[in-house]
Amino acid sequence: MTKPAASAPSLSVAASLSKPQSATLEELEEEEQEDKFDINISITNPEKIGDGMNAYMAYKVSTQTTLPMFRSKAFTVRRRFSDFLGLYEKLSEKHGPNGYIVPPPPEKSILGMTKVKVGKEDPSSAEFVERRRAALERYLQRVVCHPSLLQDPDVREFLERDELPRAVNTQALSGAGFLKMINKATDAVSKMTIKMNESDVWFEEKLQEVESADQQFRKIHGLVDSLVGHRKELSLNTAGFAKSVAMLGSSEDNTALSRALSQLAEVEDKMEQLHQEQASNDSFCFAELLADYIRLLGAVRGSFDQRMKAWQRWQDAQSMLQKKRETEAKLLWANKPDKLQLAKDEITEWEAKVTQYERDFDRVSATVRKEVLRFEVLIYFFFKTLVAFTLLIKYWEAFLPEAKAIA
Amino acid sequence: MTSALDESDKEKTRSVSVDLNNDASLLIDIPDALCERDKVKFTVHTKTTLSAFQKPEFSVPRQHEDFIWLHDTLVETEDYAGLIIPPAPPKPDFESPREKMHKLGEGEATMTKEEYNKMKQELEAEYLAVFKKTVQVHEIFLQRLSSHAILSKDRNFQIFLEYDQDLSVRRKNAKEMFGGFFKNMVKTADEVIISGIKEVDDFFEQEKTFLLDYYSKIKDSTAKAEKMTRSHKNVADDYIHISATLNTLSADDSTKVEGRVASDQELKLTELLRYYMRDIQAAKDLLYRRARALADYEHSNKALDKARLKSKDVPQAEEHQQQCLQKFDKLSESGKRELTSFKGRRVVAFRKNLIEMAELEIKHAKNNVTLLQGCIDLLKSN
Repeated sequence: MTKPAASAPSLSVAASLSKPQSATLEELEEEEQEDKFDINISITNPEKIGDGMNAYMAYKVSTQTTLPMFRSKAFTVRRRFSDFLGLYEKLSEKHGPNGYIVPPPPEKSILGMTKVKVGKEDPSSAEFVERRRAALERYLQRVVCHPSLLQDPDVREFLERDELPRAVNTQALSGAGFLKMINKATDAVSKMTIKMNESDVWFEEKLQEVESADQQFRKIHGLVDSLVGHRKELSLNTAGFAKSVAMLGSSEDNTALSRALSQLAEVEDKMEQLHQEQASNDSFCFAELLADYIRLLGAVRGSFDQRMKAWQRWQDAQSMLQKKRETEAKLLWANKPDKLQLAKDEITEWEAKVTQYERDFDRVSATVRKEVLRFEVLIYFFFKTLVAFTLLIKYWEAFLPEAKAIA
Repeated sequence: MTSALDESDKEKTRSVSVDLNNDASLLIDIPDALCERDKVKFTVHTKTTLSAFQKPEFSVPRQHEDFIWLHDTLVETEDYAGLIIPPAPPKPDFESPREKMHKLGEGEATMTKEEYNKMKQELEAEYLAVFKKTVQVHEIFLQRLSSHAILSKDRNFQIFLEYDQDLSVRRKNAKEMFGGFFKNMVKTADEVIISGIKEVDDFFEQEKTFLLDYYSKIKDSTAKAEKMTRSHKNVADDYIHISATLNTLSADDSTKVEGRVASDQELKLTELLRYYMRDIQAAKDLLYRRARALADYEHSNKALDKARLKSKDVPQAEEHQQQCLQKFDKLSESGKRELTSFKGRRVVAFRKNLIEMAELEIKHAKNNVTLLQGCIDLLKSN
C-alpha cells in the first residue's frame, strides 16, 4: 500500500482551487492505471412497469468493459430504483466500517414518484424521471470507479445478473436516516479528548475542511436554486412583454413604427428563449452536481465516524484490559487460586483484543486517509467545473446590465 | 446627495422627447439637485432673451410639489382647454431602493464582506438611477412648456421660473386639493356619458378610437416592461450572491469573477412607454374637454329651443349658445393642431429610441462573442 505524501492536497477554503500536490496525483493515477479502469456504465430507456400505486420505473443498465472479471465485453440488465438502494445498503454495510467512502445513491422522492405512478404525462414528471436517470448513472459510475468497491461481488451481480432479488429495508436509507448517520461524525470527533499523535491533527483538520466545504456547497446550491426560479420567471415575463409590444405594434397607426415594434417583439421573444434554454440547462446541471457532492461530503464524514468507532472500540478494550488486571491483582491479594486462573485467561483474551483493535484502527485510519486523498482529487475536478460555471456567470452578468440599459 | 449631471449624460439618457430646449429665447435646465431623505430639491436654471423676465439668467430652488402646482394651474386654466397639457412629472420614488437597503442592513451578518459590498454598490447605483430619472422627468416637463408657443407665455409658468422665494404660499392648500380630487371623480363619470355623444368630425372620431385603444395597449406594455425589469433585478442579485460565494472558494486570482455592478438603468423602452402613456392620457384629457364643450353646446341648443317655445329668455339663450359654439370651435381647432403635432412627436421619439437600442444590442452582442471566446480559450488551456 502506497504511503500518502506528507503534505496532502487540501479541501480547505483557502486552497481549494490549487492543483493537488503532483506527487499524490501521480500516485493515484498510477494506481488507477494498475487497476486498468476500463468500464463504462450508461443508464437509458426509463420505462414504466405496471399501473397505479404499484407501478415503478425500470431503467436499462448497460455496461461496456474490457475487465476480465466480467462475463462479457458488453451486457445489459434492467433495474429499478430500489435495486440501486439495495446495492448501496450492501456496500455500506460491508465497506463502511472499514473506512471506505461509499458513494451515496440519489434521494428518494415520494412526490416525484407519485406523479409518475399516477400517470401524469406532464413535463415535470418527465423532468423528474430524467433527473433520476442521470443521477443513477452518475452514482453507478462512481461506484465502479472505486478500485476496492469494483471488486465486490455484489457490484458484479448488480451489473450482470438478469434477475435480482427484491431489495427490502430500503426505508432506512431515506434522507433522514442518512443525515442522522453523518451527523454522528462531528459528535464523535468532539468527544475525542486525547490527541494521540500528529496524524490525528491531520484528520481533525480534514474534517473541518469537509464541514466548511459542505457549508459553502449548501449555500451555493440554495442560491443556484433561487437563480433557476428567477430565470424561469424572467423568461415568462419577457414572453408577456413581447406579446404586449406586438399588440401595441398592431394598434400603431404609423406603418413604419408599427413594423418596427412588431419586429422588436419577435426579437425579444427569440433572444429570451435562447437564453432561457441555455442558462437554465447550465444552472440546472450544476445544481444537480452540487447536490451529488453535498451527499458525497456526507459520506466522507461517515468514514471519519467509522474511524472514531474503531478508535472507541480500541479504547474500550484497553479500559476492559485494565479492569481485568485490577481484578487479577485483587484476586492475588485475596488468594483465590481457581478464580485467579480465570482472571489470567481473561487478561490474555483482552490483550489479544487490544492488539487486534489497535491494528484495526490503524488499518481503518490508513484507509480513511487514502480515501480522503482520493476524494480530494475528485473535488479538484469538480472545482474545475465550478470555474467553468463562474466564467459563464461572468458572461451572463455582463449581458444583463446592457439589456437593462438599452431595452 | 448631490448630482451634477453633465451634458453628454443627459443627452444619452433623454430619449423620450426630442427637439426640446432648442429655442435660445428661453432655455431651461436642471443642472443640480439635492436629495434630503424624502424630499428632492431641484435647481431650476433659466437663460432667456425675453423681456418678460427681469434678468437674462437666474436659478431658483423648487420642490416636486411646486411642479405639481404649476401643472394643475395650467390644467385648470380655461384658455388652455384646447391644448395638450404636458403630463405632470411623477413623484420621486425611492421606496424600492430604500427597502432593499433596509433588508441588506438586516442581512449583513449572513453575508461575506465581499457580497455585502457588492450588494451595497448595486443599491447605490439603483439610488443614483432613480435620482437621475426623476431629475430628467422634471426637466422635460419644463422644457415641454418652454417649447410650446402658448404655454411658454403663461404667467404662472414665469412666476415658477423666476420667483425667488418659497412658492408654498401659492400652492394648493388642503381644501383646494380636495376640490381637485373631487373634480377628477366627476370627470370619470362624465367620461362615460361623453363617450356616448355622437362625434361630428371624422378626424376627432378617428383620434378618439385610436387614442383609447392605444392607451390601453401602451398601459399594458408599460406594466409588462416593469415586471420584466423586476425579474432582471432578481436574477442580477442572484448572480452577485453566487459569484461572491464562489469567490470565497477560489484561492487562485485568475479565476476570481469580477463583481459587475449591474448599473440599474431601467429599461429605456420602459421609460419611453411610461412617458407616452402619460402623454396619451393628457391627449385623452383634451378630447374629453372638447367632448364636454360639444355636450355643452348641444345642451345650449336644446335650451335655446325650449326658450323659443316658451318665448322666455331667448336672447340669453342665444348668447349662451353662441358662446358654447365658439368655445367648441376654438377647442376643435387647437385640438386638431395639438393632436397632429403630438402624433409626429411620438413617432420621432420612438424611432430615435429604437435605433439607439438596436445599436447597443449589436455592440453588446459583439462584446459577448469576445467574452465567450475568452472563456473557451481559458478552459482549453487548462
